[in-house]
Amino acid sequence: MTDTALRTIPQFLDRNATAFAGSAAYREKEFGIWQEWTWARAKADIEELALGLIAEGIEIGEHIAVIGRNRPQLYMAMVAAQCAGAIPVPLYQDAVGEEIAYVLGHCAAKFVIAADQEQVDKVLEVRDQIEGLRHVVYLDGRGLRKYDHSAMSSMEALQERGRSADRAELDRRRAQQTGATTCVMLYTSGTTGRPKGVVLSHDNIVETSKASSTFDGLRQTDEVLAYLPMAWVGDFIFSIGQAMVTGFCVNCPESEHTIMHDLREIGPTYYFAPPRVFETQLTNVMIRMEDAGAFKKKLFHSAMAHAKMIGPKLLDGEDVGLGDRLRYKLNELLVFGPLKNTLGLSRVRVGYTAGEAIGPELFDFYRSIGINLKQLYGQTEASVFITQQKDNEVRSDTVGTPTPGVELKIAPSGEVFYRSPGTFQEYYNNPESTASTKDPEGWVATGDAGFIEEATGHLRIIDRAKDVGKMADGALFAPKFVENKLKFFPEIYEAVVFGAGKDRCVAFLNIDLTAVGNWAERNNIAYASYQELAGHPRVIETMRSHVAAVNKSVAEDEMLSGCQIHRFLVLHKQLDADDEEMTRTQKVKRRTIEAKYADLIAGLYDGSDEVYTETEVTYEDGRKGAIRATLQMVDAEVVPTLGKVLEAAE
Amino acid sequence: MLDTQTTTTADGRTIGGTVLDLRNITLRFGGVEAIKNISFDIREGEIRAIIGPNGAGKSSMLNVISGFYIPQEGEVWFRGAPRPPMKPYQVAQQGIARTFQNIALFEGMSVLDNVMTGRLGYMSSNLFAQGLWWGRAAREEVENREAVERVIDFLEIQAIRKTPVGRLPYGLKKRVELARALAAEPKLLLLDEPMAGMNVEEKEDMSRFILDVNDEFGTTIALIEHDMGVVMDLSDRVVVMDYGRKIGDGTPDEVRSNQDVIDAYLGVAHD
Repeated sequence: MTDTALRTIPQFLDRNATAFAGSAAYREKEFGIWQEWTWARAKADIEELALGLIAEGIEIGEHIAVIGRNRPQLYMAMVAAQCAGAIPVPLYQDAVGEEIAYVLGHCAAKFVIAADQEQVDKVLEVRDQIEGLRHVVYLDGRGLRKYDHSAMSSMEALQERGRSADRAELDRRRAQQTGATTCVMLYTSGTTGRPKGVVLSHDNIVETSKASSTFDGLRQTDEVLAYLPMAWVGDFIFSIGQAMVTGFCVNCPESEHTIMHDLREIGPTYYFAPPRVFETQLTNVMIRMEDAGAFKKKLFHSAMAHAKMIGPKLLDGEDVGLGDRLRYKLNELLVFGPLKNTLGLSRVRVGYTAGEAIGPELFDFYRSIGINLKQLYGQTEASVFITQQKDNEVRSDTVGTPTPGVELKIAPSGEVFYRSPGTFQEYYNNPESTASTKDPEGWVATGDAGFIEEATGHLRIIDRAKDVGKMADGALFAPKFVENKLKFFPEIYEAVVFGAGKDRCVAFLNIDLTAVGNWAERNNIAYASYQELAGHPRVIETMRSHVAAVNKSVAEDEMLSGCQIHRFLVLHKQLDADDEEMTRTQKVKRRTIEAKYADLIAGLYDGSDEVYTETEVTYEDGRKGAIRATLQMVDAEVVPTLGKVLEAAE
Repeated sequence: MLDTQTTTTADGRTIGGTVLDLRNITLRFGGVEAIKNISFDIREGEIRAIIGPNGAGKSSMLNVISGFYIPQEGEVWFRGAPRPPMKPYQVAQQGIARTFQNIALFEGMSVLDNVMTGRLGYMSSNLFAQGLWWGRAAREEVENREAVERVIDFLEIQAIRKTPVGRLPYGLKKRVELARALAAEPKLLLLDEPMAGMNVEEKEDMSRFILDVNDEFGTTIALIEHDMGVVMDLSDRVVVMDYGRKIGDGTPDEVRSNQDVIDAYLGVAHD
């Protein structure tokens, strides 16, 4: 079969097992050593698992939930499910019982493949609520010896069973599969309401993977580190879609705590991270530079200042004078090289960030030291890719031009619509939502408001369409626009701005414990808890100056100058997915927060100086508790805008 | 006569016959009687707790078992035979490993090297060959490293493998100490206050590791612990000591309702 005739992930697996038989398909660090699966071995393992699943009674079109951290066996289990004609449904590994129960019940999962005791326990806890769940397969059997094994087996046992099974049934099922067969079902993180099951076909995944791999010239010899949640569409595209289509190697970290170390050892050539990861890395670098000797500090800062001017130009292939070129090379040797090596980014040829806006400072930092960091815009319903930045058209304030094969249009309301080969089939068992999101011609509403820059054709995203509102005086209200500006300060971890329908905006801020904690240490400020640090007068003073700076910058925008923050408070707890204040992909759930902290918002508007509040929190093991605090309401400096000035003059 | 009967616990574990039998042990330091005529046994595969107020003689008891103290009176029977007075390393060779109340690790060495020291009993090549990484020494190190890596994986301390122990927080040091003891692949594991000074989350982790060690490797465990909740949840049988005497012995429920034990913990006047 030629490559163009390949339509499904299992077909690509066959191709890779022949064409790249001896090259690495998966690697995982275990027992301190990188263990490797070649494509040939991966295929053998996957087929045994698929046969085992069939022998265990999985039928075509049934759902198999997969839950755990990134491990080769779990990726292989997903492909095995596909081979057996079933549909893999990866779940977020930190999801709590209720969330798992909802998803398993919604897709009527027949099998669950769980990584370890922790995940098995969560499934067993809700098992009674899920009709039709027949079998639980686990990867790591530790602590599970005493469990009732009548409807549970280890992955090894499943594989063992597959080894002696007749493969005729597997071949028959595989022969039926086409590009239209469902490849995977992924649940949206659900910023509003219940998560929805997005059904993606093999055509969706394969075509999108092909287009995006060609776009960035991905090669069979590339290396990626799989460390983002398996339930997230991006990880599915990078670690299964593009990995299968291109044949590159997927590396899995040893544990969630060793990711940075494993990153350094692997040195991926293709790397994706959400802005928050880049931000944490930069914060750590800066904190460590503060501890360095005077000479090193001076060397670093002078090299960085020069790199800020030259680095991005070099990346874009622009003309740079010989002197600058040489100086950059020298700095590369002395500063950036070792720095990139420490960060594990020495070999990155293609780097992406997405999910949230990335601060220009942050973006420029990575590009100046020679990392080809770009932005993309996508969503689950599009099999990720809607727009991407070309190598020499990278900017921090746009998300690039449409990925090959994608059509874009902007509705009169400002909402972005797209149509692409990756467009999802449907929301599982939810025809109303499908119909309201995808029209009969295949145009999908992204839910984001944005516009296309005329000069460059780049897409710019303003905010979630449903969050964009009007203030009392009719001025445009775009909370994210302001929140992003706030979050660009390393001390601010999260921000939530309110103001729709009101005459002025107010904000909640979350401090970044790493950055603020380090600052506190340097300034001899003692604190016993997050809450105490967050309420420290000097922290609040710093926040006040940041808010003032943001207001100044917001005031410069004609359309959005009304969104300046008049009052704010620093929250006494970190917004958390366990408390349903954020999604599992770390996006704030505005409505929930608004309802939960109504007393605080009221306090910000009615002019009180402080408000006493009690907040329920959920611990990791599901128990609940409450924290009490008296929060200070702070007035922020606001820049008078032209409209207001005229009003005042009248 | 040794009890060789096996029983099965409610959660499906098998408790075998007596492994260690302490008969009428008395230990004196000069005029002070730290342990007064105490007898109890430890059965194969069980988790046996020794509890009691401060100064009750619990650590001394553990030191008797590990061979560090030799009692003036009484006998230690191990696997059906009286054990002659031994050096601690000889006791270790018999398959008994321990952790300490005040952590006793090599602070300047990495976690990996510390845990490797737990394998010393399995290495027979000489210093010279080890220094040159030659012949049997090289082979041995690879084999032992593998065993150590399994323990590191088991206790989930991969992220600190190369970190010097001195830089670790207290809770992690305790875990490293357990790792070193486990690396020796003991039959009987002695834990001296494995949860002292830990926060709730660390205690929960440590409890899970103790249960998993017992469950996965069938290791018999004797532990001293102050946290009553932990002791009652973890152990199969509990010995209670007070002022060097044994005042209770039985399942957690039996011990909990024992009046002497309640008095010792709540405090009554001693004559």
